[in-house]
Amino acid sequence: MQTENISPLEVQISESANSHAQIPALEVHDLTVAYHRKPVLWDIDLSLPAGNLIAIIGPNGAGKSTLLKSVMGLLPIASGWAKIHGKPWHEQRQLIGYVPQRESVDWDFPTDALDVVMMGAYGRLGWMRRPGKAEREAALNCLEQVGMASFANRQISQLSGGQQQRVFLARALAQQAQIYFMDEPFAGVDAATESAIVTLLQDLKANGKTVIVVHHDLETVREYFDWVVLLNMRLLAAGPVATTFTRENLQKTYGGKLTVLSAVADAVSLDDARQTPFARGRKGAKTFGEN
Amino acid sequence: MESTPFWSLKFWLEGLQSLDWTDPTLRWVVMGSVLLGVAAAVLGCFAFLRGRSLMGDALAHAALPGVCVAFGLAEWARARGLFDVGSKNLWLLLVGAGLSGMLAAWCISFIARNSRIKEDAAQAIVLSVFFGTGILLLTRIQHGSSGSQSGLDKFLFGQAASLVGSDVRTMASMAVVLCVLTFVLYKELKLLCFDQAFGRGLGLPMGFLDGLLLVMIVGAVVIGLQAVGVVLISAMLIIPPAAARFWTEKLHRMIPLAALLGGLSGGLGAVMSALAPRMPTGPLIVLAATTMFTISLLFAPQRGALARGWRLLSTRRMVRRENALRDLFEITEESLAPGTTTPDMPVEQLAHFEGASEDDLRSKRGVTQAVLRGVLQELKRAGWVEIMPHPTGKGRWRLTPAGLQKAYDVVRRHRLWEMFLMYETSLGPQSIDRDADAVEHFLPPEALVHLEEMMRQNGLEPRLKPAAAS
Repeated sequence: MQTENISPLEVQISESANSHAQIPALEVHDLTVAYHRKPVLWDIDLSLPAGNLIAIIGPNGAGKSTLLKSVMGLLPIASGWAKIHGKPWHEQRQLIGYVPQRESVDWDFPTDALDVVMMGAYGRLGWMRRPGKAEREAALNCLEQVGMASFANRQISQLSGGQQQRVFLARALAQQAQIYFMDEPFAGVDAATESAIVTLLQDLKANGKTVIVVHHDLETVREYFDWVVLLNMRLLAAGPVATTFTRENLQKTYGGKLTVLSAVADAVSLDDARQTPFARGRKGAKTFGEN
Repeated sequence: MESTPFWSLKFWLEGLQSLDWTDPTLRWVVMGSVLLGVAAAVLGCFAFLRGRSLMGDALAHAALPGVCVAFGLAEWARARGLFDVGSKNLWLLLVGAGLSGMLAAWCISFIARNSRIKEDAAQAIVLSVFFGTGILLLTRIQHGSSGSQSGLDKFLFGQAASLVGSDVRTMASMAVVLCVLTFVLYKELKLLCFDQAFGRGLGLPMGFLDGLLLVMIVGAVVIGLQAVGVVLISAMLIIPPAAARFWTEKLHRMIPLAALLGGLSGGLGAVMSALAPRMPTGPLIVLAATTMFTISLLFAPQRGALARGWRLLSTRRMVRRENALRDLFEITEESLAPGTTTPDMPVEQLAHFEGASEDDLRSKRGVTQAVLRGVLQELKRAGWVEIMPHPTGKGRWRLTPAGLQKAYDVVRRHRLWEMFLMYETSLGPQSIDRDADAVEHFLPPEALVHLEEMMRQNGLEPRLKPAAAS
């Protein structure tokens, strides 16, 4: 994010972020989203404060990705509205950074890591302008931040899954956004990538950015995030992790999968004396609800 | 020339000499075919990468009824004395083709969006319905009053020889428009093909671009109709890009390369068709393109079939060699320094090892005797192992000092990898290049020291050390 010249837009944003700190990063009112006849999200009311790391959790089919996509305008909304930093998404596109699910693209596409990261700048460049030296350097810088600088010229199919995920993160960084939406960035990645992502999340938070992450690993929620949104087609709870990530709320969200869950919930409530990240390893209950 | 059969090389060589390059017809024909090859290949790159390879085929087949309807309308209008643009006016026929192609594209996306039928099925349905209608109309026209002179049948398989100057100018202007549009919208089209959802997130009108790409593909199809025909034009969209993909990993190189291959096959096909006038041009152009594709498929340096096969084979051989070295090393280690507490064995000890039999080696790993013997002979030729006579008649195998050095490196590398995979999480974030063959190549020195310590603690440090390592 260390670009030399800050665009007027960004100045305006950082000012507004300072002066109106109370404006939520994401505000959702009465949001209902339906695929064909079956609604997948019902009456979601949500207000998420800026500058936090926020996890959206819930079982499979709970509409986590759908929530993310619909507030960005990638899916049609049946009713209700979503505002990003106080305005509808289509006025705030420059503020949004997006990390789609890794499986959503064909990684055999003829291009290299740096080129993919430069795509993050396409929105700012506008029609017809090609990315130039400035964009190339910014993109390299973004790759550096995810520990992938030495892979800049690697063909993307030659990268491991975790490395591909980091390329996607770097591309979102290249968008130079205020609020980041990440769709399961931790899914199926190696330990090195997981810690790289966590470091990156901390950096983004330190720079006052908001990051909203679809997450599936209940074990790490307390460790990685400040806020949590519990979703299962309806909003069950949203708030700071300390008060919201409770056994009771988890049971409401995951319902039937109680047995597996109580073990995790116990671990969660007992696990106050936090161990340092990664010393603990990556044991059990990793992919929750993925059966 | 009549007496020489067309499959002999002599036929083509004599024909090439007899070609009159000052003949404007020939020039137009070749130029037109080159243009179509280039335009189709450039657009085809995006269709190919977008996973829309069959779309071109559906659009092309669907163009036939458009051509027939346009012809019929013009005839009808002339008969009524309404207007006369000439029923063979190429622009008119191409507009008809384009419109019916786009109608077909709309039908396909309508079916795919509003039913549970998937896009490939929708394409198959729409293609055959439109093409069937086209054949019906074509048959009617050809049996009608002015039908036999209509020349519409050339739209089936293409007849480059029928191209005249005005046709080529029409084609050229369309080709230029298409190529310029592609150049201008390069980064948007690339994003469309790679990651549409991300593009929409950036605020780029991906739906519009997708539609525009479709219209451009229709344009490329329409350019090629006269020379290649509706049945085979999709080959010109897909084969050159598919061939070009074998040679490069960068889109900005793949497109010009595909254009080159497409243009080349267009030109070659047209020349061949001029030499053998009774042959339709379309199939000849497609055959030329297919030849280039086959060469690419087989001989491309990285992605080609031979290169891949060779890589697979040599990896397999390397793994077998390394496994044999490791096994022999471990047997030697176990024999000379049993247990984990024995101090390191210096290299001179090697002479005390009586050698491992083939059965010993085979018991470590499930390889057939033939494979093991092959590998051992290979290692022997490299000077890494030697065979010693044994009273049982079956020779016994032993590492040479050079082989010990090699085996030590292999074993140490494997065991460090093992340690790395076991303790990866405690090393903190690393930038791992899984293609690197040795952990040393990507780990910082302090992490390596840590791994070596772990290797010692697990009793896995190679205990038989070559002179250089001790």
